[in-house]
Amino acid sequence: MRKAAKPSARVSRGRLALYHALLLGGIFGFWYFMTEPGLITPFYFDDPTRAKFFFGQPIEVLKRIWTWFVGGSIYLHLGVTLLETLLAFAIGTLLGLLCGLWLALAPTASTLADPYIKAMNAMPRVILAPIFAVWFGLGITSKVVFGITLVFFIVFFNVYQGVKEVSPVVLANARMLGASGKQLLRYVYLPSATSWVFSSLHTSIGLAFVGAVVGEYLGSARGVGYLIHQAEGVFDIDTVFAGILVLTIFALILDFIVTRIENRLLVWRPGTAETEEL
Amino acid sequence: MSSPALLLERITCTFASRERQGERYTAVAETTVSVGKGEFVSVVGPTGCGKSTLLNVAAGLLFPSAGNVRVSGERLTGINRRAGYMFQAESLMPWRSALDNVLAGLEFAGVERGEAERRARDWLSRVGLSGFETRYPHELSGGMRKRVALAQMLILDPEIMLMDEPFSALDVQTRQLMENELLELWSVNRKSVLFITHDLEEAIALSDRVVVLSAGPATRPIADFVIDLPRPRDVNEIRLTPRFVELHGKIWHAMKDEVLKGYAQSRKA
Repeated sequence: MRKAAKPSARVSRGRLALYHALLLGGIFGFWYFMTEPGLITPFYFDDPTRAKFFFGQPIEVLKRIWTWFVGGSIYLHLGVTLLETLLAFAIGTLLGLLCGLWLALAPTASTLADPYIKAMNAMPRVILAPIFAVWFGLGITSKVVFGITLVFFIVFFNVYQGVKEVSPVVLANARMLGASGKQLLRYVYLPSATSWVFSSLHTSIGLAFVGAVVGEYLGSARGVGYLIHQAEGVFDIDTVFAGILVLTIFALILDFIVTRIENRLLVWRPGTAETEEL
Repeated sequence: MSSPALLLERITCTFASRERQGERYTAVAETTVSVGKGEFVSVVGPTGCGKSTLLNVAAGLLFPSAGNVRVSGERLTGINRRAGYMFQAESLMPWRSALDNVLAGLEFAGVERGEAERRARDWLSRVGLSGFETRYPHELSGGMRKRVALAQMLILDPEIMLMDEPFSALDVQTRQLMENELLELWSVNRKSVLFITHDLEEAIALSDRVVVLSAGPATRPIADFVIDLPRPRDVNEIRLTPRFVELHGKIWHAMKDEVLKGYAQSRKA
C-alpha cells in the first residue's frame, strides 16, 4: 500500500479546506454550466434540453435531496440500507475473524480448505446477488447475505495473514512467560490479528455498503438502491444523481467513523514519526 | 554434591537442510554445559555457531535431536517453567503498554489484576522506568525496551535466567549501563544465568565462568575458563584491571582460530 503524500508544509489546513471547497464548487459550477438549457450554444446535442436529460441538473438534484430530507421520505430507505450495511459488516467481520483464526491455527484444515477458499474468492460474487434474492426473498436478508460474502473474504484473508505473521519471538516470549494455548490465542494471536482486521475495515465497510446497494438495486421494495432503480426506470436522472450523492455522503460518514474507532483502538501501532512544526 | 541448576547433557541438534533436500545440518554436537546454582555462565563463540540453538534447547522451546536437559536434576520435557528468557530480538507485545507487558506473566498465572499492577509498577521503577507505565513499546527507546523485557522476565522470579545477546542491539554506552544494572539486580538474589554473547569483554566482565564454543557446523565447547575477578564489579572499571586483560588474552587465544574459521565459512556462504 502506498502512503498518501504528506501535504506540503506551505499549505495550511484552512487553505486546504478552502481549496477542497473551491474544487467542489468548480465541479458543480461546470455541471450547471454545461446542462442548463440555453446558457451556452449546444455543441454536441442538437436539442438544448438534451444535456439536461442525460446528465441531470445540480440544482434539481439538490432540490430533490432537500425534499427527501425535509419531507422525511428518505429516512426509511436510508435506514434500511444502513441496517443492511451494518449487519453484513458485523456478521461478515465476525465470521471472517473466526474462520481466519481457526484455519491459521489448524494446518490440516487449512491445506484442505485452501483451494476452495481461493476459488470462492476468485468467483465474481456479484453474480450471487440474484441467486440470494431467489433463496432469501426480496427483504433485507438477501442483501445482508450478499454483503457478508463480500466482507467475509477481506477479513478472512487479513486475519489469516495476521495470525501467520505473528512475530515468532513475541510468541516464544509469551510461552516462556507461561501462557497456555488458550492464553496465546487470546493475548497474542487475537490482538495481532485485530490490527490486520482494522487495516481491512475501510475496505470491508465499503464492500458491505456496495453489497446492500447492489442487492437493493437488483430487487427490493426499500432502500436507496431501490430508489435509484425506480428513478432509472422512468429516466429521472436527477433522482438517480440525488441517490448517488446521498450514498456517497453516507459512505464518507461511515468511513470517518471507522477511522475514529481505528485511531482509538490502535494507539499502540507505530505511526510515521512526525516532528512538530515550529 | 547437589545437581546443577541447569545441565545441558550431550546435546546434539540436527536440522534438515532447507536448500538441498536430504542433506542435514548439525548445528550443535555433543555439547555439555552446566550452570551451578547462583552461577553466572557466559557462552561465547563466533557468529552463526549455534549459540541461540543451545539456549532455545535450555528453554524447552526446541527439542534436541539427542541429549538431555536437566533442571535441578529433573529431566526437562516441554517449556522450562523455572527459566526466564530474554531474547535478542524485540519480544515485547507491541499492543500492550510497558506496564501491561511487565505484568503479562502474572496475568497468565492468574494473579489478581490489582496485585499484578502493583508488582509491575515496582519492577518498572527498579529498572528505572517509573513514569513510563502507559507508553507502548514503539514509544520507548531500544534501551528502555530491553529494561521492560528484563522486568517482564524478573517479575516471575525465575530460578534460571537465559539471555540471548540481550544487549547486542544497543549502543556501547547504554549497553554498559544495562550490564551494570543487570549485575546489580542479579546480586540481590543470585540466580543461575546462562548468558549468550559474541562479545568476549562483556562475557568476562559479567561472568563467573566463560565457555568458548567452536565455529559451526557441529559446534561444541572447546574451552572453559573460571573468571576469578572480585565482585561487586563495575563493567567499565573492571576492563582496565590487569587480571581482566590477562584473562581476555588467554580466552582470546583459545577463541581466535575458531573465529577465523567462522569468518572463513561465512565468507564462503
